[in-house]
Amino acid sequence: MELALAVLVTIVTAATPLLLAATGELVVERSGVLNLGVEGMMVMGAVGGFLAAYLSGNPFLGMLAGVLFGMGMALLFGFLSLTLATNQYATGLALTIIGLGLASLIGEPFVGRAGIRPPHLDIPGLSDIPFVGPLLFGRDPFFYISLALVAGVVWFLFYTKPGLTLRAVGDNHQSAHALGIKVLRYRYLAVLFGGACAGLAGAQLSLVYTPQWSENMTAGRGWIALALVVFASWRPMRVLVGAYLFGAVSIGQLHAQALGIPIPSQALTALPYAATIVVLVIISQNRRLTMINTPASLGKSFVPDR
Amino acid sequence: MTPTGPDMLLSLRGLSKSFGTFKANDAVDLDIRPGEIHALLGENGAGKSTFVKMLYGALQPDAGEIAWRGTPVAIPSPAHARQLGIGMVFQHFSLFEALTVAENVAVALPGDIPLRKIASDLEQVSRAYGLPLRANARVYDLSVGQRQRIEIVRCLLQEPDLVIMDEPTSVLTPQECEDLFGVLRKLASEGKAILYISHKLEEVRALCERATILRHGKVVGSCIPRDETAGSIARMMVGADIHEVRHARAEIDRSAPLLSVNGLSLPPRDTFATALKRISFDLYPGEIAGIAGIAGNGQSELFDVLSGEETVARADTVSLLGEPVGTRDIAARRAMGAVFISEERLGHATVPTLALSENVFLTRHSVNPGLRRGQLLDRAAARRELDRITETMDVRKSAPDPAAQSLSGGNLQKFIVGREVLDAPKVIVVNQPTWGVDAGSAASIRQTLIDLAAGGAAVLVISQDLDELFEIADTLAAIAEGHLSPFVPASQTDRNAIGLKMSGVAGEEHRAS
Repeated sequence: MELALAVLVTIVTAATPLLLAATGELVVERSGVLNLGVEGMMVMGAVGGFLAAYLSGNPFLGMLAGVLFGMGMALLFGFLSLTLATNQYATGLALTIIGLGLASLIGEPFVGRAGIRPPHLDIPGLSDIPFVGPLLFGRDPFFYISLALVAGVVWFLFYTKPGLTLRAVGDNHQSAHALGIKVLRYRYLAVLFGGACAGLAGAQLSLVYTPQWSENMTAGRGWIALALVVFASWRPMRVLVGAYLFGAVSIGQLHAQALGIPIPSQALTALPYAATIVVLVIISQNRRLTMINTPASLGKSFVPDR
Repeated sequence: MTPTGPDMLLSLRGLSKSFGTFKANDAVDLDIRPGEIHALLGENGAGKSTFVKMLYGALQPDAGEIAWRGTPVAIPSPAHARQLGIGMVFQHFSLFEALTVAENVAVALPGDIPLRKIASDLEQVSRAYGLPLRANARVYDLSVGQRQRIEIVRCLLQEPDLVIMDEPTSVLTPQECEDLFGVLRKLASEGKAILYISHKLEEVRALCERATILRHGKVVGSCIPRDETAGSIARMMVGADIHEVRHARAEIDRSAPLLSVNGLSLPPRDTFATALKRISFDLYPGEIAGIAGIAGNGQSELFDVLSGEETVARADTVSLLGEPVGTRDIAARRAMGAVFISEERLGHATVPTLALSENVFLTRHSVNPGLRRGQLLDRAAARRELDRITETMDVRKSAPDPAAQSLSGGNLQKFIVGREVLDAPKVIVVNQPTWGVDAGSAASIRQTLIDLAAGGAAVLVISQDLDELFEIADTLAAIAEGHLSPFVPASQTDRNAIGLKMSGVAGEEHRAS
């Protein structure tokens, strides 16, 4: 029981940054923009979050700084890929490279320093329920934010007019423009939101997951988040399921190694990506489902005519 | 100038718009009364689209005045236009395939109206106008005609006083067109004005009370379409007489066919394709043979086998100049003096993003040694060839050597036809020669085909346009579900008989016999 609880708690902790970053990227991609720079925004969020919390002693300032660092990177991406209409794939990749380099540079003097954890938010009564209590109700703020975020995104995308407009922009930006929708404004806001989420996910890594700063501490989680969005075929609730599945795989991998189960760790590490490919193959079998869920103008630049 | 009284719904004075040095609209004046169906006519590239975009707020005029119900207004955005009461039904639909019908409507409506209310409103309006729609259907699953209904209903839900329709019938079947005209007349009877943009003259004569004609960005005249003939309106649009095609040609020599098809059967290549069933015919020098048919009955499959894009197992299934070529590819057939003009102008006949001179290479480099220096491309020669095509076919273009996609449909088709026919081909196979092409260009393309036949070439025209076929073809057949009826002389058949064969009725008899 104790061990099971410990394992589940680590899975939740491992899944939360994936969920945060993937939910943000889902909104970005629903608007028709493919930002491959999630890893870069995340690592900047990690270093920014760590530094702000370390220097001020306030973990909540760290969370805020993570969000702002992620948004800063997203703004750069937006300026290049939206205002200047550069190739989104190349720009996203460049953003990741810049982010990793810049974060290493900024964080260099602080490598190895102990970070500041945000307090767990105990809810009196609920937190005391055996097993479920500590798992669901005695957690750090990131956990609650991530769940609220998914609920919020579902509500926004499928139950509000701006959410509908965002999906329309992602489906066909020419049509949207013809109807007088401000395509670039929607995309900027979506990209900034995605940056905020990725930054927050990064801050979770340097404040909760391993409360310290070390180089490349995102370790490819940004890429997993990107894969997750496809895995979930652009549906937020499936992102939730997928994030916990991928989280479980990454933790299970560690335990499998500890128990000496003879599966190469590389195979397990590759599992999320393999799963994404399988899902892509499955959903591409059904053209109709693909059409309905895939943002049709994903990755295409939009230049309004005079 | 006519005075702009309050009885005018919309008055435009001196509307101008330039792109660089090109004057798309030059001091255009127009008045629209409430409750009238007003046609805006003009050839492709005459400036209709630019004009309409300014009315709808998608483009800003460089100069000129817009008065709405007698009050001067500016229209800075489409939202503003909708607010005034100007609705637009686009030629290229502005729909979102992944969304439902109701969502497509909701996106365009101002404010935040609950989806459920929009769904019930739109079903009510669609029933009232005889445009049945299911609110929860995904656009992706709908036909072209149904999609246009969404556009129209979406426009009507905004309760506009003026509805702009940009070439609404270009994608509709004749039956769907009739339904649409019924809707438009009903709207006009309710006092809504309609600005109807088209280059289909018979349609305009049947539907519109007044017409304004644009040419090269200027208003060149206005008329009451019912009092004119299609010919007289066309003259105003083109600025010159559109010549009736001249049939001056030699007797057809039926001794040796130039193109023969012998027992061609082909299974469908995928689930959307049509199987070809025992097709046989001969085509002689000086003959223009027409194949009528509704799209998707095997025309593209037949074209591909004739051109060699799709080769067949037995060489003697297709013969050119008496030689079996069924197993040879398109380049080999071109080398024998055959040319092939496919239906899809952009993406098949030309590469949209390449310059016209580069598109010359596409079909000609293997047959015209003058376009090569050794194994290298001679770009200067291609540009000379382009000049020759431009001059002979009167291709209008914005730059000396623009990208194929920048040309209007009619001009691009003239370029393609010119590219293929300038080297005196012996066999010409053309699929939908004037689809979506303006009247002036269509007439000149048809004349070109007739002249080629008069010169002794054999011409096979596959077309959906019966008027076109009866105008130029000597013999006619119809294709239905991959089955080709026997060719009969055009003078011995009529539209009804061919129409029956197109629907496959005559084909059934043929198979039974």
